[in-house]
Amino acid sequence: MTADIEIRNVSKQFGAMTVLDHLSLSIRAREFIVFLGPSGCGKSTLLRMIAGLEAVDSGEIAINNERIDHLPPGKRGIAMVFQSYALYPHMTVRDNMAFGLANIGVPGKVIEARINEAARMLEMPHLLDRKPGQLSGGQRQRVAIGRAIVKEPKAFLFDEPLSNLDAALRTRTRIELAQLHQRLQSTMIFVTHDQVEAMTLADRIVVMNNRKIDQIGTPMEIYERPATKFVAGFVGAPAMNFVDATLDRYGKNATARFADGVSVQTEIASSQLTDGKYTFGIRSEDVRIVAAGQGNAGGVVDVLERLGERTLIYARLGDGQQIVGSDAGNSRVAVGDRIGLAFDGQKSHLFNETGRAWHAREA
Amino acid sequence: MADRLAMSPTATLAVGVRAPTADIYAPQWRNVIFVAPFLFFFTTLLLFPLLWGMWLSFHKADTFSSGNFVGLGNYARLYHDKVFLQSIWNTFYFVLLTVPTLALIGLFLALCLNRRTRTAAVLRTLFFSSSVLSVTIVTLIWRIVFIPNVGLLSTIYGWFGATAPAFISDPSLAMVGIAIATIWWCIGLPMMLFLSALQQIPQDIYEAAALDNANRWQTLRSITLPSIKRTFILVIIIQIVLQFQLFGQAWLMTRGGPNNLTKPIVLYIYDTAFRRWDLGLGAAASEILFILILVAAMAQYLVTRSRGDQA
Repeated sequence: MTADIEIRNVSKQFGAMTVLDHLSLSIRAREFIVFLGPSGCGKSTLLRMIAGLEAVDSGEIAINNERIDHLPPGKRGIAMVFQSYALYPHMTVRDNMAFGLANIGVPGKVIEARINEAARMLEMPHLLDRKPGQLSGGQRQRVAIGRAIVKEPKAFLFDEPLSNLDAALRTRTRIELAQLHQRLQSTMIFVTHDQVEAMTLADRIVVMNNRKIDQIGTPMEIYERPATKFVAGFVGAPAMNFVDATLDRYGKNATARFADGVSVQTEIASSQLTDGKYTFGIRSEDVRIVAAGQGNAGGVVDVLERLGERTLIYARLGDGQQIVGSDAGNSRVAVGDRIGLAFDGQKSHLFNETGRAWHAREA
Repeated sequence: MADRLAMSPTATLAVGVRAPTADIYAPQWRNVIFVAPFLFFFTTLLLFPLLWGMWLSFHKADTFSSGNFVGLGNYARLYHDKVFLQSIWNTFYFVLLTVPTLALIGLFLALCLNRRTRTAAVLRTLFFSSSVLSVTIVTLIWRIVFIPNVGLLSTIYGWFGATAPAFISDPSLAMVGIAIATIWWCIGLPMMLFLSALQQIPQDIYEAAALDNANRWQTLRSITLPSIKRTFILVIIIQIVLQFQLFGQAWLMTRGGPNNLTKPIVLYIYDTAFRRWDLGLGAAASEILFILILVAAMAQYLVTRSRGDQA
């Protein structure tokens, strides 16, 4: 069973504070959607509104073209996995999973079969008779997912379910969630502030900021063609380099000029751009390290971060701005070295004062 | 952890380096200074009187002399004392009347008042306020309520042309009257304990239950009540210990009458030890009360624990 979810013009206030401002979104059946954004951007509130745990102040939410925003949480046909797992502490794992089914009068045999099936799928048959207090964090996480699966919901909602796990377990559970989605073919909505989770899990990412949706797109669209400066800075590690620039729009493509005279020939059509202040943006992997005197700009190495497969190089330009570039894992560059930086014009971005982004023409 | 450390050569090195450092958890005699004030008062005000009471209970003692060892003589006298046996029964009857009622009404009030409205806050204060009154005031209030003909109860019954039950003078109702006053007096503490327990339950469990289609009754039975089970046991034990020591209300409302029917063990002890000055017998009765409370509280604890609670 699966569902498409339609959110139309939804707003939410907590007292005088607006948390969500006229927000619309269509989620297709079987899609894995991730709400990504910083703390307080309203992503969890939106998820809780879909679940029915928060009232909708205005607007509509529909599942398979049926309005559900007036229904109590239990009648919406969805299941949710909480950040804290929210397992019933005094019930065994089996009872935790059976509770929701027993409440709607599912026959005992069916409940038993579904629990066994879910336990097998999540490799936890040996945990069924334990209580949550006897389980590790990762095991509780599994139980929480199992409790959602047995309900055979139209859609799964995940509220930052990985944030309480340690790094290794988080990576493993992430892969398992991706596999689970492939197997169940259900609509899944996943809330996180972790861009790696968003990039790896999502069919489409909804980047939220400041009560609104900044961009909806596939992970690579979001990464390569961020719609706003916020999205560009929020997605990707290290964050995109931003340098204040003035534009030279005489040629077919715009040229960005930094304060210290450095110029970068972009592949962004001049015709789209207007006068005004701009910010030049480029990701660290699109800044190559070259010998001093070559490339677009020169700088002095401040800090090196050796990540193994590559080395991040934090260089200070002549005017004091810092640029992060990327070099090979075994880079010979040392702190204090004078280096050259080569910017890839094809991968350059420009942002105007409102944060709107322009990118190179699509190939 | 220790095993794993021992396995790796680098860890062995680390252990070797750490060895000279003093173990900060090693017992040190000067730490006694910190517990000395407590130990002093514990010994002089609790332990010593407890042991002295036990010693007294095996002696024939009055205010002028104490010394003749009588073995279990005092206990034998109690065993044959009809008034004492009656007082044990009275005490049990009183505990049975008050403890379950206090727990249930306390829970009910807590469930009703566990919300963030102004009314709930006012009502919480109101229900708790009776707890701060002294026993003298409480019994005075309830004597005025229960006074035949002119009391509050009689007046209310009078409006409907009925006669109020004689809570203080009727032998079958006197203990009930004392129990009512006691419940009114003591309801604050159980209510507050239950309220604090209810507020400890994580909100997301209730959200999970809402998504699990649980109705109000299912939520109460399957989520709320199991979550506050430990507090329920705590309330029962505290109330058993408190209510076994009934004294003030019985003394001030009925003087133990009519016909010793409301005379609790503590009142018997008071009569024996401080009005008839038979200290040995009084001490023996105290020991029996001590054991009764201990057994009742322990039994409650053991019964509930053996059912397995590993939340």
